[in-house]
Amino acid sequence: MALHSTSGAHGHDPHDFAHPFPVWGLLAVFFVLVFLTIATVAQSRFDFGSYEVLVTMVIATIKASLVVLFFMHMAFEKSYNALIFVSSLLFVSLFLGFTLMDSQTTKETFEVKSAADQ
Amino acid sequence: MATTELAEQVHHTDGHGDHHGDHPSFLAHHFDTPEQQYDSSKLGMWLFLVTEVLFFSGLFCAYALFRYLRPEVFEGCSEFLNTKLGAINTGVLLFSSLTMAWAVRCAQLEQHKTLVGMLGATLSCALIFLGVKAIEYSHKFGLGLVPPGFLPDDKLDYDPAHLLHGNSTLYLVWMSVPFAVILLGLVIWYIVALTGRNKVHLRMAGPLVVAFACYFVGIGLGMILESGEGHHEESHASVAAVGGEHAEAGHVDGAHANDHASTTEGGEDHAAADAAAAGTAHADVASSAAASGSPASAAVVPPVPAENPGIEARKKVLEQQEKMAEGGVAKTSAGVVAAVEAPQKLVFDKKTAGVFFGIYYCMTGIHAIHIIAGIIVLTWLVVRSAREEFKRQYFGPVDNVGLYWHIVDLIWIYLFPLLYLIR
Repeated sequence: MALHSTSGAHGHDPHDFAHPFPVWGLLAVFFVLVFLTIATVAQSRFDFGSYEVLVTMVIATIKASLVVLFFMHMAFEKSYNALIFVSSLLFVSLFLGFTLMDSQTTKETFEVKSAADQ
Repeated sequence: MATTELAEQVHHTDGHGDHHGDHPSFLAHHFDTPEQQYDSSKLGMWLFLVTEVLFFSGLFCAYALFRYLRPEVFEGCSEFLNTKLGAINTGVLLFSSLTMAWAVRCAQLEQHKTLVGMLGATLSCALIFLGVKAIEYSHKFGLGLVPPGFLPDDKLDYDPAHLLHGNSTLYLVWMSVPFAVILLGLVIWYIVALTGRNKVHLRMAGPLVVAFACYFVGIGLGMILESGEGHHEESHASVAAVGGEHAEAGHVDGAHANDHASTTEGGEDHAAADAAAAGTAHADVASSAAASGSPASAAVVPPVPAENPGIEARKKVLEQQEKMAEGGVAKTSAGVVAAVEAPQKLVFDKKTAGVFFGIYYCMTGIHAIHIIAGIIVLTWLVVRSAREEFKRQYFGPVDNVGLYWHIVDLIWIYLFPLLYLIR
């Protein structure tokens, strides 16, 4: 009572747990990613002033979300895996946040004193 | 999708001839169902990816800190990074992510030949990436921009007036030797499989030969694009050199800073700072500064060219020096020192440009090591898929390698704008 065969006939085995992502979906995500890459390079030609890094990071985060949600199937997976990954981002933000905050508390002691001070 | 359907699974036959009792051969004995095996391996993989994210976040933290403290160093040194090559690498990695995700789909649908093809395409993209990276690194090593740990005298050996291009080919050759050796081995294996009519080996060796040959495609691509950038860099270098010359001329004459008078000469320098005229412009400026000798034209500061914002810092230093030379008291700010050699040192020593290149080589180097590890694992997958080992209920390895590969791509998505696209 073979419910599916290996020779390529796509019988529907109730114990199959894979959900293959459709080809059009893969291609769509890819082209959006390429478009966003072009956008990133293009935006570097304009001067956003102090918003420079923010704009860049926003675009990069959108690209990263697309990769994680679709290429890595997080959107269709058990949410436990998503919880683990998101918690890592939480710890990264703690790491960066506290370190940068701490860097504000010391004076700029790296500079060479000028002749006037010596 | 509960994983406790023990009773049904134990008695389920799915047409495979390779059972050991109730377990298909791909199901490890400590698991009850293929789905449980898949979920467990997936969880393990996601936990590993968490460690990877945290690992790279350390490097990003170093980047954030040093960029915050020394933005002008980052802006200036970013000029040495070739944006075109970086963008090509980004596109190549995105495409490899597409083929990898597609390969996972093929494994799930048991499309064995397409699976091998997709994995081969992912491998090829990875090797193109490495080829372009080798060009970037060898070009920089040739210019003297090495990781700060290797610096002689704690100074970057970068002399804008004398760009060393000769050595970069040697570095490139050394970097390519392992890939050439592996390619040779694979070609021999392919020929042996061809003559021995070993179909399975042919299915493995074919994509691998194509993939490792793509490393040299990457090298070719890099060479074409890098030579286009070469003139651009020399114009930067000559502008920087001209700036240095002016600093010495200013100190010798010790006159007023005269920015208005500098525009004509500065404009001439800027126009003359094209690749071909670099050497003569250098000489012309020096002779004109010495010949005129008058206070008005002696201490000139070149205008800040649009392509090299890092020179802004140098300009500030020169202006402050002028003020101090007239007897004024300059407000001590970051980077102002009394010695004349300081402007030269300011950018190209271990503590300034050295920091940027240390961070650059660490981040891209560790990323490249991850790419190499991915190549090894993908090769293993190609071998397994050529043997048609992946099935509808057993595609975990492909999926997990896919996850790893997407994280590597993700890291690059963040690296590229942060390192290459700084204004």
